[in-house]
Amino acid sequence: MASIAPLLLLVLLSTALTISSGSVDGFTINGRVKIPQGMGTKGFVLPGKTSNVKVILNGGQIVTYLRPDGYFSFQNISAGTHLIEVTAIGYFFSPVRVDVSARNPGKVQAALTENRRGLSELVLEPLREEQYFEIREPFSIMNIVKSPMGLMVGFMLVVVFLMPKLVENMDPEEMRRAQEEMRNQGVPSLASLLPGGGRN
Amino acid sequence: MAIRSFFVPFLLFGLYFYSSLSPVLSLYEDQVGLMDWHQQYIGKVKQAVFSTQKTGRRRVIVSTEENVIASLDLRHGEIFWRHLLGSDDVIDGIDIGLGKYVITLSSGGSILRSWNLPDGQMVWESYLQGPKHSKSFLLVPTNLKIEKDSVIVVFSNGRLHAVSCIDGEVLWKKDFEAESFEVQQVIKPPGSDLIYVVGFAASSQFEMYQINGRNGELLKHESTTFSSGFLGEVSLVSSETVVALDSTGSILLTISFQNGEISFQQTPISNLYEHFSGPAIIIPSSVPGIFAIKTNAITIFIRVIGEGMLEVAEKTNHETAISDSLPLSEGQQAFALIQHAGSEIHLAVKLAHDWDGNLLKESIKMNQQRGLVHKVFINNYIRTDKSHGFRVLIVMEDHSLLLLQQGTIVWSREDGLASIIDVTTSELPVERDGVSVAKVEHNLFEWLKGHMLKLKGTLMLASPEDVALIQSMRLKSSEKSKMTRDHNGFRKLLIVLTRAGKLFALHTGDGHIVWSHLLRSLHKSEPCQSPIGLNLYQWQVPHHHAMDENPSVLVVSRCGPSSDAPGVLSFIDTYTGNELSSLSLAHAVAQVIPLPYTDSTEQRLHLLIDSDKHAHLYPKTSEALSIFKREFSNIYWYSVEGHNGIIKGHALKYECTGKVADEFCFDTRELWSVVFPSESEKIIATVTRKLNEVVHTQAKVIADQDVMYKYISKNLLFVVTVAPKGCGEIGSVTPEESWLVAYLIDTVTGRILHRVTHHGAQGPVHAVFSENWVVYHYFNLRAHRYELSVIELYDQSRADNKDVWKLVLGKHNLTSPISLFSRPEVITKSQSYFFTHSVKAIAVTSTAKGITSKQLLIGTIGDQVLALDKRFLDPRRSVNPTQAEKEEGIIPLTDSLPIIPQSYVTHALRVEGLRGIITVPAKLESTTLVFAHGVDLFFTQLAPSRTYDSLTEDFNYALLLITIVALVAAIFVTWRLSERKELQEKWR
Repeated sequence: MASIAPLLLLVLLSTALTISSGSVDGFTINGRVKIPQGMGTKGFVLPGKTSNVKVILNGGQIVTYLRPDGYFSFQNISAGTHLIEVTAIGYFFSPVRVDVSARNPGKVQAALTENRRGLSELVLEPLREEQYFEIREPFSIMNIVKSPMGLMVGFMLVVVFLMPKLVENMDPEEMRRAQEEMRNQGVPSLASLLPGGGRN
Repeated sequence: MAIRSFFVPFLLFGLYFYSSLSPVLSLYEDQVGLMDWHQQYIGKVKQAVFSTQKTGRRRVIVSTEENVIASLDLRHGEIFWRHLLGSDDVIDGIDIGLGKYVITLSSGGSILRSWNLPDGQMVWESYLQGPKHSKSFLLVPTNLKIEKDSVIVVFSNGRLHAVSCIDGEVLWKKDFEAESFEVQQVIKPPGSDLIYVVGFAASSQFEMYQINGRNGELLKHESTTFSSGFLGEVSLVSSETVVALDSTGSILLTISFQNGEISFQQTPISNLYEHFSGPAIIIPSSVPGIFAIKTNAITIFIRVIGEGMLEVAEKTNHETAISDSLPLSEGQQAFALIQHAGSEIHLAVKLAHDWDGNLLKESIKMNQQRGLVHKVFINNYIRTDKSHGFRVLIVMEDHSLLLLQQGTIVWSREDGLASIIDVTTSELPVERDGVSVAKVEHNLFEWLKGHMLKLKGTLMLASPEDVALIQSMRLKSSEKSKMTRDHNGFRKLLIVLTRAGKLFALHTGDGHIVWSHLLRSLHKSEPCQSPIGLNLYQWQVPHHHAMDENPSVLVVSRCGPSSDAPGVLSFIDTYTGNELSSLSLAHAVAQVIPLPYTDSTEQRLHLLIDSDKHAHLYPKTSEALSIFKREFSNIYWYSVEGHNGIIKGHALKYECTGKVADEFCFDTRELWSVVFPSESEKIIATVTRKLNEVVHTQAKVIADQDVMYKYISKNLLFVVTVAPKGCGEIGSVTPEESWLVAYLIDTVTGRILHRVTHHGAQGPVHAVFSENWVVYHYFNLRAHRYELSVIELYDQSRADNKDVWKLVLGKHNLTSPISLFSRPEVITKSQSYFFTHSVKAIAVTSTAKGITSKQLLIGTIGDQVLALDKRFLDPRRSVNPTQAEKEEGIIPLTDSLPIIPQSYVTHALRVEGLRGIITVPAKLESTTLVFAHGVDLFFTQLAPSRTYDSLTEDFNYALLLITIVALVAAIFVTWRLSERKELQEKWR
């Protein structure tokens, strides 16, 4: 966000009055949507073309599109509190609460509803980029090893190569005792474990 | 012992590994198109403007009844760009300015926009206001310039504007404030700077204004009174002559206003056509010297010769359509005329002043299922031999769009699919014939090859060509578009009814159209003037007794917009698309109730309620009647009267007591009614559970081994009312004067089970009801955010059944009959969360057995579909869940619901103009099929808890095979090694 800040400052200087009392009936809301250049380039989603960005007032009452410079306007708006939503594929915009006051026209009151941040000018920026796809991780040995099949192979290897070593290092006395115990128990416990393991 | 102690952590690790898979459903980018498809449409074309400049691609700009403006490729019919305007922003006119801007006039002539022709970027937007409402006209004259600015002339809201084509600035404006003046035409004769505005005033006065196009100065104003008044539209026959009809519709008036002098010429239609009877109407067209009128079923083309003299050029009783004129060269204007003749259409292109000669005459075979030609647009091109060639764009009755050129259909678009009314599904036929061995072997080889390639892909050994091959192989898998049923139930037919009265069957595999059928019963006919398709029902779903029958659907339609217009039923075979039969009903159709009973041929019984509250049983067979009589006293239904705020419950009484004995007709009685006070509450939404929803278990085991019983009833109705003031748009009320009340009503007894008031909330409300819960979306005015609330119902009367001893001793009440008449002990749990977006539709996933956990599918304002786990809407969520609750899967409470981009089921696509989301269970329990429709169509498969019952498409069989082979090899090697070692030990 740090890189956006100067841009935003620039925009602040250039934007005109946000809400003006229009002609005969109703007010006008002017604003600007700004999609920072840095965003959208690293993702594989096409950087949102401004021609497909819609600005929607009050959940569909009025739908408008952006001009090439990102400005939009709604006309014939009644006084009251309104909601502006911006839809652009690849970006997440917070809806904006805009108060249009009948008493002192021209007064700007806008706030992002997601984080309750007030806006001094109606410049809407995406809160974040949206990645719609999982990123396929590149092939690596670790992935194979970590997959269930890899774990199975690893376990087999451990059993085949390490177990004899463990047994060798055992005290012969203890070994005999263990073998006896096993004989007493009958079938080795591996079989009884497997169905339980298989269920998982 | 050692083995066991070693094994346990391994198992635990495996378990951990399995459970750590993120529950979020997500997709890799290269999986797009494997299980989903997306189709883009535009709707029925209203107006088309061609852009065929030498440079740049040839395209046609269209505006449609779905309120879309789009630029289409003239070669293939593909969409270059497309914009869907708001629903209140209806397009009035389009044109091309300066060859590079698309100009649109919308919202009753109050918004003028300009779009960049190549990419659809909006260039400017201009609001035009005026003193009063009027017709609107958009003219883009080629030769009118004010200070080098090209000018657009717009008449709207009683005011004439000249707008700069470059920046949308209004250069001048002129009001037409005369109280009763109704504008009929705005004319800009070529070769002069004058603008004529003609219209009627006080119903019997013809007014003409002549205006200087350069500055808006009024040059001349003439008016003449014609005593018998005017009817309907006027037709422009030259730049200074219009033709109108008098108020009886039997006299043609030729009005010319040359040099500002108005002169009338009256011609009774009976002079031109001796069999004339009844009023005629003028078919709007703008071909110089020619106009058309329609009387009864006959279309008459009339030529204007000289000073208002009229002459019949042609009479025809074939259905015809005529295009606007197209300037060819100096003073020559061409137009296209299409006439139907049997299964062919005859296309003629004529010069405006030469009716008898044809520039072009072709006949084209036309699919009968497309119906009549509704609109014709003509465009020309210069052939290599410098002669004129013509291409003609036609809009058909089924809303499809076709381009004709050189006697053939170059391309066609099924744009009827942009306006779907209702959707249902049907199974495909069972595969009967065995597959030949040779084919299997071939398949096996292909299969192995495919998997080897995939393995290469996973191991990153594949070359770019291989990757492309893998991708195309996955996408083109012939498996998914087969015309037979599959084991998993992924392949089905989506039967959709469109506003044009056409039924389509789409294959769920790849979305291709299997068949389409223009319903004969929805054709305009003598008794049925303006038929409207209403709903689709599954009429016959054979699966047990009647396997040889084809399944069929019932289409319910109505002869007119009013609710007491007589109904029409048609029955369609879903395998072939043939209309099996159709019934014109004597009664209206106010409500259709599919009953949960089927007869021996698996036809479902349907109860149709007419506007006089009589119930009619279909099918009308004695078998159906006997089944129905058995369940007579168990049938209840409800009706919602939204306008006066009453919900009523009904039951059947006895057979109709009409004049004609009809044993399939029943009188009904009113059981209960809930009346909402009209001054404080207005019904804005009612939702019930889906009839075919399957619930796996009533019991819900919660954290501390406790059991809760879901209150599951098919007879629950969720009703939302708002304060009458709060019905308007957001921002029109203050939080204090707006509230929203949600009710849960039992529709058999009329008992209100639960009632909750949200103060400071308003609609619109979207809700979904499933199992024992309902989720609804509304606007919270205090926080100025949208909210989603959940209500869950639990049955308290069964809460004592958790004691094992009681179960053992048989003291439980699990087998006691459930009656809706006994007062249910229901407890509710509810919770609300903030949700960022506006919502267009909500649905819930449904699976075959109801075991899989549910996801909400939320169609957002951005025309995307978001999958949200039901776990996020669990009223038992708390800020600090206990350890036991965490293990159960309860998510810590947050005030707003998360929007995870990867869980958009539509991923990077938009379902433009989203209207509805339909979910259908697949046979595979984990999977549900999702179909979202609007102007676009989108279909995908979803597995809300991942595909736990089958291997995913990604599963690599080759890797498995290699692993097995490697393991076997390892076994042999180690065996040999150990043998050798043993031998050595023995030798020692």
